[in-house]
Amino acid sequence: MDRVRDSSASVAGEAVELVRVCRAEYRAIGRLTERLRPTRQSIRTLQTQFPHLPPSTLLSIFSQEYQKRMKRSMVRHHAPDVVKEYYQRYRSEAKTRPAAPLLLELANQVDLSPALLARLIVECFLEERQASVAASRHVLNNMLREPYLIPDLLLAKHVEQCTVNDCCYGPLVDCIKHAIGLEHEDLLRDKLRERNLSFLDENQLRSKGYDKTPDIILEVPIAVDGHIVHWIESKASFGDDHSHHTYLNEQFWSYCNRFGPGLVIYWYGFISELDCQRDRGILLRDGFPSDIVTLCQGPARSRV
Amino acid sequence: SQTLTHGPTTPAKTPSTSRSVRTQDFSDRRGNKSTPIQTSRSAKAQQHRGRRRSGGFGGCASGRQTGPRGAVSEEGVRWDGGGRRSRGVGRIEPVSPPTQVQLNFNNLEDFPPVGAAQSPPVATKPSRRINPTPVSAERPNSKPKSCFISTPLSLPASPPAIPESAGAKLTAGSPHSLQEERELLRKERYVWAVIFSLNNIPVSMMMNLICLLSIYVHADVLEKAYLGNVHNCVYFSVRVLENQFELVSHLDKCTLRLLSENERVGTFSSSLKDHLAQAQENCTAKVSIIPFQPATDNRSNFSSDRAFHTFKKQRDVFYGFLREWEDSHKEPGWDFEAALGSRVRMMVSQLTAAGSHSHFARLFQKQLIQMCKGPCVLGSSSDAPDADLLGMLGADSLGRLKRLQQRLVQPQGLIGPCPPPSFPGHQEFFKCFLQTASCCQLNQHLKDGLCQQLLKLDEVSILGPDASPARGEETGDGDMEQQVRRFSSVLLTARLLAKFLGFISFLPYQTSELPSRDIQDTAITLRSKSSPVLDVCAVLRSSVHRRRTILTVPWIVEFLSMLDHIGPLLPFYRTALCLLLQIYKRMLLGRGGELCYMNQLLMVAVLGWLFQIPIFPEDLFFSTDLKEEVKELENITSSQGLDTLPLVDQQLLYTCCPYLGEFRKLLAAFVAGSTSKSGGLIRKITPTSAELRGPSTSRSQQKLQVDLEQAFFHNQPPSLRRTVEFVAERVGSNCVKHIKATLVLELVKGGEKTLRDSLGLEGVNTAKLNDSICAQLCDAGMQALETATRFCSENAPGAVRVLLPLETSPSVLTTAESITTRLATEKACSWLSANITTLLKREWKSAFGRVMKSVPSSVRLSAGSSCVSDCTHKVPLGSEVMIEIKSDHKPCCLMFQEVLSVAVGPRSEEEAYTVHQIESLLYRVGQTLGCRKKTDYLFLIRQLIERGLLGEEEVGTNWPKFKTLRFEAGILTNHFLMAFLVCSCRSL
Repeated sequence: MDRVRDSSASVAGEAVELVRVCRAEYRAIGRLTERLRPTRQSIRTLQTQFPHLPPSTLLSIFSQEYQKRMKRSMVRHHAPDVVKEYYQRYRSEAKTRPAAPLLLELANQVDLSPALLARLIVECFLEERQASVAASRHVLNNMLREPYLIPDLLLAKHVEQCTVNDCCYGPLVDCIKHAIGLEHEDLLRDKLRERNLSFLDENQLRSKGYDKTPDIILEVPIAVDGHIVHWIESKASFGDDHSHHTYLNEQFWSYCNRFGPGLVIYWYGFISELDCQRDRGILLRDGFPSDIVTLCQGPARSRV
Repeated sequence: SQTLTHGPTTPAKTPSTSRSVRTQDFSDRRGNKSTPIQTSRSAKAQQHRGRRRSGGFGGCASGRQTGPRGAVSEEGVRWDGGGRRSRGVGRIEPVSPPTQVQLNFNNLEDFPPVGAAQSPPVATKPSRRINPTPVSAERPNSKPKSCFISTPLSLPASPPAIPESAGAKLTAGSPHSLQEERELLRKERYVWAVIFSLNNIPVSMMMNLICLLSIYVHADVLEKAYLGNVHNCVYFSVRVLENQFELVSHLDKCTLRLLSENERVGTFSSSLKDHLAQAQENCTAKVSIIPFQPATDNRSNFSSDRAFHTFKKQRDVFYGFLREWEDSHKEPGWDFEAALGSRVRMMVSQLTAAGSHSHFARLFQKQLIQMCKGPCVLGSSSDAPDADLLGMLGADSLGRLKRLQQRLVQPQGLIGPCPPPSFPGHQEFFKCFLQTASCCQLNQHLKDGLCQQLLKLDEVSILGPDASPARGEETGDGDMEQQVRRFSSVLLTARLLAKFLGFISFLPYQTSELPSRDIQDTAITLRSKSSPVLDVCAVLRSSVHRRRTILTVPWIVEFLSMLDHIGPLLPFYRTALCLLLQIYKRMLLGRGGELCYMNQLLMVAVLGWLFQIPIFPEDLFFSTDLKEEVKELENITSSQGLDTLPLVDQQLLYTCCPYLGEFRKLLAAFVAGSTSKSGGLIRKITPTSAELRGPSTSRSQQKLQVDLEQAFFHNQPPSLRRTVEFVAERVGSNCVKHIKATLVLELVKGGEKTLRDSLGLEGVNTAKLNDSICAQLCDAGMQALETATRFCSENAPGAVRVLLPLETSPSVLTTAESITTRLATEKACSWLSANITTLLKREWKSAFGRVMKSVPSSVRLSAGSSCVSDCTHKVPLGSEVMIEIKSDHKPCCLMFQEVLSVAVGPRSEEEAYTVHQIESLLYRVGQTLGCRKKTDYLFLIRQLIERGLLGEEEVGTNWPKFKTLRFEAGILTNHFLMAFLVCSCRSL
């Protein structure tokens, strides 16, 4: 929960830290995260190694890297016999030393996200109890969200340990991420209002029948760093290669193809080399730009 | 280090090494002003060039450092020679008078025949000669002087140098180990790199770069000359290029590609090659897109959710193709079909499945217009990374710079006066897309859309100058200029669309060769049954009838130029071609008077082109079909029509008919004695320095504001822009009218009052009074700008507000209002500042005349005059003078006339008046006039004026001149006489 406060503090406190992460540094971070577990201790390790980067940026990078790692090993962990084996190990351990954080330990041993492991275990548990009926997704999610719905109280305790201590997966993390996303969209709107820039947000756009809708469309375009900006998309994450390319193809280019050039704010920074499409209409920033140029009002301005 | 401060001793001076232009070399040659340095190898060619340059030599040596360590190659020298020529600005600078060169027309060196190859041993590359022309010599702050000169003024005193020992040793031919050579070269490239970085003048950097590239390109020639061997040359160039990568990376994409693809680069520095490839990727162009408009693009415009969502994807896919094409179509071996073919067809088939062709056709057509409407910059439209820089100079200059860029960038080969129809620039993308997609549904929808838009454009109304009783010189407050611009835009769009309509329509029938006679006949029979896509004949007839051929004919020509082999043989198109031919034949240049000469020239040019391209059947030339019809059509034309308006300017003419530029090329080729054979033509471009308008930051700020304004309209409904432009136009125009009716009128009235009042005062000189009041009025006229600004700010916002929907959001409304106000003010003020003085002067002149006429002469006399000093008022009365003159039995004016006629001659001996006689006559007149109390001196003048002997204006305008004239015997002309008369009248 520390983390949530951290991030919201950095949001509110307008700490305009310049998050310059070049690809080389990003790779260095990536290498370091390779062996880390998704715990707060890991985040601290990262912080001591890269003290010039904001914790939220490091967390975001770590989280994304960790997710990639998990996706790679997913197949291995999800094989039925492997799952069965994990469950058996848990069951036998639970009998001998129920007080220990068994699931966490197991997760560390097999290098699987605690929350994901918890999910697998609960799934097995449910299957075992009602062998005939496949556990519904809904019931499963609810149990992970509220572990004390699990009939086995010991398991519930272990599951809770997992979901709370996992900083990359789990219902809690999902919730936090969602909240951070909304917070930053809000922040963006506030900043725009502060600057008296009128805009249409996603909901207004959707009601008008737009087929693709960025977070913000400016009613009167602005210029940032000499580039025209029609739309703004807020991303409360770090812009790494993988996510940026996905976003480009699914969102940013589409926005460009409809509304012209625009701005993407990666609140937690981005790999600086990715900001290479400026001339094609996609400008990247790691915060709300302070160097906005607006259309001068009044006829005083004489044309070139 | 010590070794680096001196140049090499020998190599560069040896003639055979080519003439490296190093400082010390140059100073050696300074005395040798007009004699070009010659190389033993290419004396002939050099003589020729030297002669051309010679003027510059005198001026350029004046204490300036010569260029960077010059080229070591022929090519380099030539470029450097260009640099020197550029300093040869002396030709027009007073400081360095040109060396007179007598031209010998029989000298083949001075006048090489076209086609004669120049004789340097090295294969010459096309050189681009740039002759700078500074606007004036005395402008201390003008930057261009230094800009256009290749000399790096800031170069440190020590000449750029190479290790002495290195140079000496290398040429001495002493064997070096590869290692040693590399070491020397390493040092040298370091030196060069330092020179690069020290010298902040971009042009000279470019010059350096060009030299460098020349070394690079001509490495083999230089072998053994200086750098030892070809590998050293390349090594050297590649390393320097590597060091200066930042600079190199800003070169245009084509150059980068050529460099990166050069195998030598790859061999010597794979990292440079990679960097170059990367830099190439970074050069991207802005694809300006067609915005999503809810009114036409949202769900309600689609038949189903599926169609809506398919189209959502297709839009992105389409722009993806466009970007990919821009990135890669210039790469060698890139092929549209191979690279995009299957994806294009996939996309089109999805459109078919969803039935959303009409939407895509609309997007396609709009995007086509957006990207290809302007004058086509051949191939370079996409790689203009410095468009921003150019843009800073404003829209107008931007266009001109674009054209300049085009001249510099375009391949210069002669295309001949009748090039086949082509799809330059981005048009190629659209053409290839249609060819590859090969989708009948899409084509049908496009045909529908193109036809509709074409006919709409063809009907566009363009107004001539107001038929109001305004004087002819006043062309409706600058409205005509706007109409000309609009016409140009409409015509270019129509031509583009017509070409694509033709392309799609005749695409199914295109064959690579003319089919045999039998097949032709069958095809004709078959195809004449179905109706053509567009009734061009009807459109043509109507255009002749309504005198709108200047708009219609050029686009119909584009349409018909796309005909397939059989097409012209079909009765329908044959008729159309016949019509065009008859229009052509009936058009006599100059018949429409000066005003429409350019209109006719455009028509003659485009028609002539059509008749020459291969598809036009030659037998038609002799056909007299339709002759009578066209004649009749022309006879019953309406009097008003586009054809009678001066709508075509030179720019439009050359944009529509680029082949007209062939004349220039041909002449240039002749002048240069160069041919297309030698690889290209010399382009003579005369840069003139522009006024620097404020610091560059404020210029870029202004540019940004202009961009923002354009961007504002981008995502708004098109009607917003139309409204704003219309209101601005009207308010601006009204403002000018209002100012004419109020301010000008008031000012002139005030002037009249002042005049009347002043005439009542003692000791006033009317002419001076006139001048001073006029000057006052003109000063006061400047407040018109203020008034105009106020008028527009008061009236424009309200007008826009009323016309925009009530629901418009406040910020959009405010922005629209302020843009309208600005545009209106700009329009009004630019007209006013250009014309208000003239207007006031004219109004005042007539007012002055009115006043002077209305004021009784007696008043004027008593009011405005005083006697000459020491006047005793005892002179003869005017009538007495008359009588006196009459005593010769001639009325006064006749007397003058006689004097005049005698003065002008021919005359007989006895008729001659002596100077004395005339003097005495004039003296008497003068005496009489001198006394203001008794005579009306104006009477005499008036008499003269009424008899037409003295122009009214002469009295006023020539006054100062006359004052200084001295009466001399023998040169008595009527002018002098009058001058004298006037003098007498005024000053005696």
